[in-house]
Amino acid sequence: MTVRVDPARFDPGAELNAFSGGVGNAGAVVSFTGVVRDVEGSLSAMEIEHYPGMTEKAIATIVDEARSRWSLADVLVIHRYGRLEAGEMIMMVATASRHRVDAFQAAEFLMDYLKSRAPFWKKELKRAGAEWVEARDEDEKALDRW
Amino acid sequence: MIEVLYFAWVRERIGIHRERIETGATTVAELVEELSGREDRYAAAFEDRRALRVAIDQELTDFNASLKGAREVAFFPPMTGG
Repeated sequence: MTVRVDPARFDPGAELNAFSGGVGNAGAVVSFTGVVRDVEGSLSAMEIEHYPGMTEKAIATIVDEARSRWSLADVLVIHRYGRLEAGEMIMMVATASRHRVDAFQAAEFLMDYLKSRAPFWKKELKRAGAEWVEARDEDEKALDRW
Repeated sequence: MIEVLYFAWVRERIGIHRERIETGATTVAELVEELSGREDRYAAAFEDRRALRVAIDQELTDFNASLKGAREVAFFPPMTGG
């Protein structure tokens, strides 16, 4: 398992190659990459704040939960913080398993939980001003299916 | 002494990221009452508790939680990671 909370840019292709190369005979690798959206051309950048210490613990707990529910050969979580421009990669999740269902479901589970249980807060820096992104009810409801 | 941390718009409203507080509060709710009575900026930040989340020693909890043995309490809005 690798968890990285880091302000630095990352190369999702290189990360995925390195991850896939290290999973032995797991037959399935699934990955998700989140990108800063340019909402109708109005978003110039995003600022992500987090809670150092709690962030790492919360992600480790979420990954442990995923590993207890599905048979996973390996898990990778990368999440950035600090200032990100539109088009930049925010975060990435990769899962490896013997069969694809485990890898797909675990990746979705990880994404749902990272969204509302890992202490990150996004602020959109728009031309009209800065605004904290509000958590959506759907994000909270998404946890119920697990 | 307890370390109190604020994040996102809670931090912005209160105007500081962290502070050390000497308090007789035994629960999170009592601590919120005490802070809110202190200055308007705290009252403004804690106005709508449904919009807030709280963690004790870096574990999510709720406003009824006991502060017994707590070293660190953090207040923040619902998280928006991913």
